[in-house]
Amino acid sequence: MSHFDRGQISADYRAHMGRKALFMGGLTLLVFFLLICAVSLGTVRIPAGEVIRSFLGLGQDARVEIIIRSIRLPHALAAMLAGAGLAVSGAAMQSILRNPLGSPFTLGISQAGAFGAAFAIMLLGTGTVQSTQAGVINMAYPYLTTLSAFIACMGASLVIIAIARIRGASPEVMVLSGVALGSLFSAGTMFLQYIADDVQLANMVFWAFGDVSRAGWPEVALMLVTVMAAMVFFILNRWNYNAIDAGDETARGLGVRVEWVRLWGMLVASLVTAVIVSFLGIIGFVGLICPHMVRRVIGDDHRFLLPASALAGACLLLAADTAARLMLAPRVLPVAILTAFLGAPTFLYLLIRRRGP
Amino acid sequence: MILSVNNIHVAYRGRPVLEGLAMTVDRGQVLTILGPNGVGKTTLLRCINAILKPKTGTVMVENADVFRMSAGEIARQLGYVAQRNDAGRITAFDAVLLGRKPHLGWRVSGKDLRTVDGALKHLGLEHLAMRHLDEMSGGELQKVCIARALVQEPSVLLLDEPTSSLDLKNQMEILGMLRRVVRQHPLAAVMTMHDLNMALRFSDLLLFIRDGKVYWTGPKEELTSQVVKEVYGVPVDILRHRGHWVVVPQSDEAPWT
Repeated sequence: MSHFDRGQISADYRAHMGRKALFMGGLTLLVFFLLICAVSLGTVRIPAGEVIRSFLGLGQDARVEIIIRSIRLPHALAAMLAGAGLAVSGAAMQSILRNPLGSPFTLGISQAGAFGAAFAIMLLGTGTVQSTQAGVINMAYPYLTTLSAFIACMGASLVIIAIARIRGASPEVMVLSGVALGSLFSAGTMFLQYIADDVQLANMVFWAFGDVSRAGWPEVALMLVTVMAAMVFFILNRWNYNAIDAGDETARGLGVRVEWVRLWGMLVASLVTAVIVSFLGIIGFVGLICPHMVRRVIGDDHRFLLPASALAGACLLLAADTAARLMLAPRVLPVAILTAFLGAPTFLYLLIRRRGP
Repeated sequence: MILSVNNIHVAYRGRPVLEGLAMTVDRGQVLTILGPNGVGKTTLLRCINAILKPKTGTVMVENADVFRMSAGEIARQLGYVAQRNDAGRITAFDAVLLGRKPHLGWRVSGKDLRTVDGALKHLGLEHLAMRHLDEMSGGELQKVCIARALVQEPSVLLLDEPTSSLDLKNQMEILGMLRRVVRQHPLAAVMTMHDLNMALRFSDLLLFIRDGKVYWTGPKEELTSQVVKEVYGVPVDILRHRGHWVVVPQSDEAPWT
């Protein structure tokens, strides 16, 4: 039976939806613009027209093609995917944990990744340093380090999920477990750093600087699959996150299995973050700040917040990576340093300008 | 009967909270559950909504067993207004649209949007449609939450202390609005409340819980001062004033004997 379906779709509502669509369209265009800039700008400048021709498969200069396809494009796509993955995970985590400070790293994943990498460098012998002409340090067995970091990240997540299953999947339990595990992994990393030799210590520290230039096409492909699958998962749950934002009891009254939505959301966010962290290192603040920036414009409705956060994350990391490559050229500044430098003041600004008391 | 609750037993950590509780409500009726703090009023509402599964007992809505329904089916039969509702940066229209969740497919349909608009207009809330919840007063927010439960198109509305922490004007507006909706649509409402006078004014049926059991239930006109005294331990007079029943405590000071 329908009680009220004689209403109309008002012009105000259409305009309201139109503004959101416009914002998302603008962000999409910005992503493409920044992608072209990221590929175009660098030690060797490539005209934007040449970049677009190369994207369309019409490139003619073999030297430029090599630069674009072997170096710049995979790095730019890695930045896009990492930014999108971290930001959409952050937006979901802020809802799942009902905490504005929620981010992909709230559950101690970054510390776990750092520990996993340090463990591989120290005890699995992956920490041989090779210095390149650009002054970049490479690891002898990067995939073993990546695998170890990934296992540590997922291990931390599974421990928190196990605790949440035992104690009830409340946001408090998840956040406090994350803080405790993060401290534990930090202590483990500090211990390994203390007993490491100079080369191992340099590798551990270097690994922790999140840097998209570590990504090649295989990493990009794996990140693409993971981030896209996570996006689909989060967007399918958009109404569930809206319901949880209204309160757990309200969500249950709307037929949402709140505990399951929390646990699965956390698992997927952790998986995306673990893949990104283990390939690229720790890139902070993107997952925390992008959802907050987007919320100011688009509000808390996850139908728009999730895709818009992903687009904003892609923009932010593309822009930051391009800036990081240009600032100290020919040296490449790890992008995580720049995101942290920009992120902290931006977050403070958002906090000061926040609505309400 | 649109809602029939039978033999509900609930215990927390071995301590019985509800023991063999039963009640019925018919279409067009407002039933208010009353009783002292911690007596199990909210627990009963959560059992009816299957948020909490009782040890034993059945809850039948439109002759269907709630405990055999999926979460979506329950949400299409029972609209729940929780005691605490959080206000995010979302418009009232979108917040009410959330109430269509149990009916939604992949996309929001024109019918969903028209239903939300119709509910807002019916409740006189169309001026709030594009306002954000975090800019609203407590009374406005509560009205939006009731609209959200209504667009679920439920058979029964469940409201957990819908007027707690609201001023007199908002209490009157919300309870009046609720009674009007229940009368006009094929609905029943079950709510918990502490204010005896508001319950007497806006309900058709009252149900008093004491020691986990139904102490008294019936039409409000049949309530006696003895029932109130036995449930709350406070001697009262029940008076008729301008066509309404009013509960007045006999003395200001404890202990009451």
